[in-house]
Amino acid sequence: MKRKIITSLIIIGIVIVILILLQNTLGNFKLRILNLAGIYVIFAVSMNLINGFTGQLALGHAGFIAVGAYTYTLLVMDSDLKSMNFFLEPIVPFLSSVHWPFLPAVIMGGLLAGLAGLLIGAPVLRLRGDYLAIATLGFGEIIRTVFTNTQSITNGSLGLKAIPMPKSFLFIEMKNAFTWWVWTAVIITVIFHFLLVSSSYGRALKAIREDEKAAEAMGVNIFKHKVWAMVISSFFAGIGGALLASLMTTIDPLMFRFTLTFNILLIVVLGGMGSISGSVISAVVVTILMEWLRFLDQGFMGLPEIPGLRMVVFSTLLLLVVLFYPRGLMGNEELSWNKITKMFQRFHMQPREVRK
Amino acid sequence: MNLLEVKGITMQFGGLKAVANFNLNIDKNEIVGLIGPNGAGKTTCFNVIAGEYVPTQGKVFFEGRDITKSRPDQITKLGIARTFQNIRLFKDLTVLENVLIANHLNLQSNIFSATFRLPWYQKEEKIMYERSLQLLDQLKLTQYKNEKASSLPYGLQRRLEIARALATQPKLLLLDEPAAGMNPQESKELMYLIQELRDKFDLTIFMIEHHMPVIMGVCQRILVLDYGVTIAEGTPKEIQSNERVIAAYLGVEHIA
Repeated sequence: MKRKIITSLIIIGIVIVILILLQNTLGNFKLRILNLAGIYVIFAVSMNLINGFTGQLALGHAGFIAVGAYTYTLLVMDSDLKSMNFFLEPIVPFLSSVHWPFLPAVIMGGLLAGLAGLLIGAPVLRLRGDYLAIATLGFGEIIRTVFTNTQSITNGSLGLKAIPMPKSFLFIEMKNAFTWWVWTAVIITVIFHFLLVSSSYGRALKAIREDEKAAEAMGVNIFKHKVWAMVISSFFAGIGGALLASLMTTIDPLMFRFTLTFNILLIVVLGGMGSISGSVISAVVVTILMEWLRFLDQGFMGLPEIPGLRMVVFSTLLLLVVLFYPRGLMGNEELSWNKITKMFQRFHMQPREVRK
Repeated sequence: MNLLEVKGITMQFGGLKAVANFNLNIDKNEIVGLIGPNGAGKTTCFNVIAGEYVPTQGKVFFEGRDITKSRPDQITKLGIARTFQNIRLFKDLTVLENVLIANHLNLQSNIFSATFRLPWYQKEEKIMYERSLQLLDQLKLTQYKNEKASSLPYGLQRRLEIARALATQPKLLLLDEPAAGMNPQESKELMYLIQELRDKFDLTIFMIEHHMPVIMGVCQRILVLDYGVTIAEGTPKEIQSNERVIAAYLGVEHIA
């Protein structure tokens, strides 16, 4: 137990040092990608809780992200900004004067997303497999459609612009405060999920994934545990959504289509269903690739401009992973020093291990 | 008062009456067997008692409490644990984790005190570990505790399923064909194990079994089901000489 705490403190320390270095060396554009990567880590890890650990194929993530993003935006904007945005139809009076600081607004975004997770999860989590996937996908889209049509609350399809970014981190003004907020949230999210899945409740969630009937026969209240997983997962999705809104500085309902859910699902599957470290690695890699591969879209080696060509790379990647690593990069195991040293040993010592 | 009281259970699936008017009383510390040809409705009976199915008619009482409509996890909490006919372990988890999960139902701490490892959760977790290790020790599974459940040989998987059921601290243990697929030596060991467990854990056992030496050797009382109907009840001796039972198993000679 003590060794674990020490290693996690060391890892957090390393992350902080890397962040300090990156902040001072990276340009604005690259820093933005770093922030986006952090936000995607939050999305992927939280989705992994319900999909990977609990084994429930829930595809409503984009909807919860939208709830978080809109809640945050409406709370954090001051009344001038709001009247500027809502030129077609004025905002409802009780929202026009609210003006919250950054942190409470983000947390509120998470809480409301968690509430949405509860309201949707409670009826829907009685379904299983494909039916659950379809129902949650539908609810995700419903949230988006509702946001499109509530002109006086969300400004509908016009979206909200000029969302302010935080200028200080924990009351200290600094240049890259937002990066610190994002990565603090990342660290908290990752640690929370690590602790949760290694607790007795985490074991119960895994039991539900392995065999629902047996878990129930062992006294696990399946429904309650599923709903908890859903609520926690959507809470963190909402936090991520709030940060995403802040990063993008502009949101509109079209950002939260189900393709967003599938992008996150891609990350989770590549990293390994049921592996937090897998999700973290794959979220960072995929986000960076998404930006780096943009040159493919702009035409290269004499090819004409083909928008969306980089997505072909991801489809190929997904196909290859499903073919050769059906359980993703990490399977359902976590990265540990033991495994890393073992991997190197394997490279050095044996020509090839016979697979059992 | 009987520990388990089943009153006139009928379980109907569409046009099929899987179990018809099934009655059963089990006293504390008894070992009762349930036999019958394939498809006789034995496992359906189990599923009704364990809460998997709500019977079409009839009631189930456990320690005088009506559990007919309770959920499986509620029934397990009250003290009925079960094993499955086709082993249903948590395959990807370790042997120790399998047993730990069965301890989860007694956990008092909520999800947040568990996640943040608050002192009272840590205390409970420690007790859970100790109890699980002790149980693995009693069932001679300690050396496999960090292996994946699916990697165990068949006989040990059966034993792990029993260990997992025991970890829920049951009063009544339902064993669904515990000797299925075992060789004579293994089934003999199982017989001793069942009796030993009954004494050690102060259990009452209700078991389905096809393996006649096991059921005749272990049970004090046997019920015979055929096409959902109870055709006989009695001591092993009585059952062995019961004509209807022999007819059900071997068929009746028709003289044309």
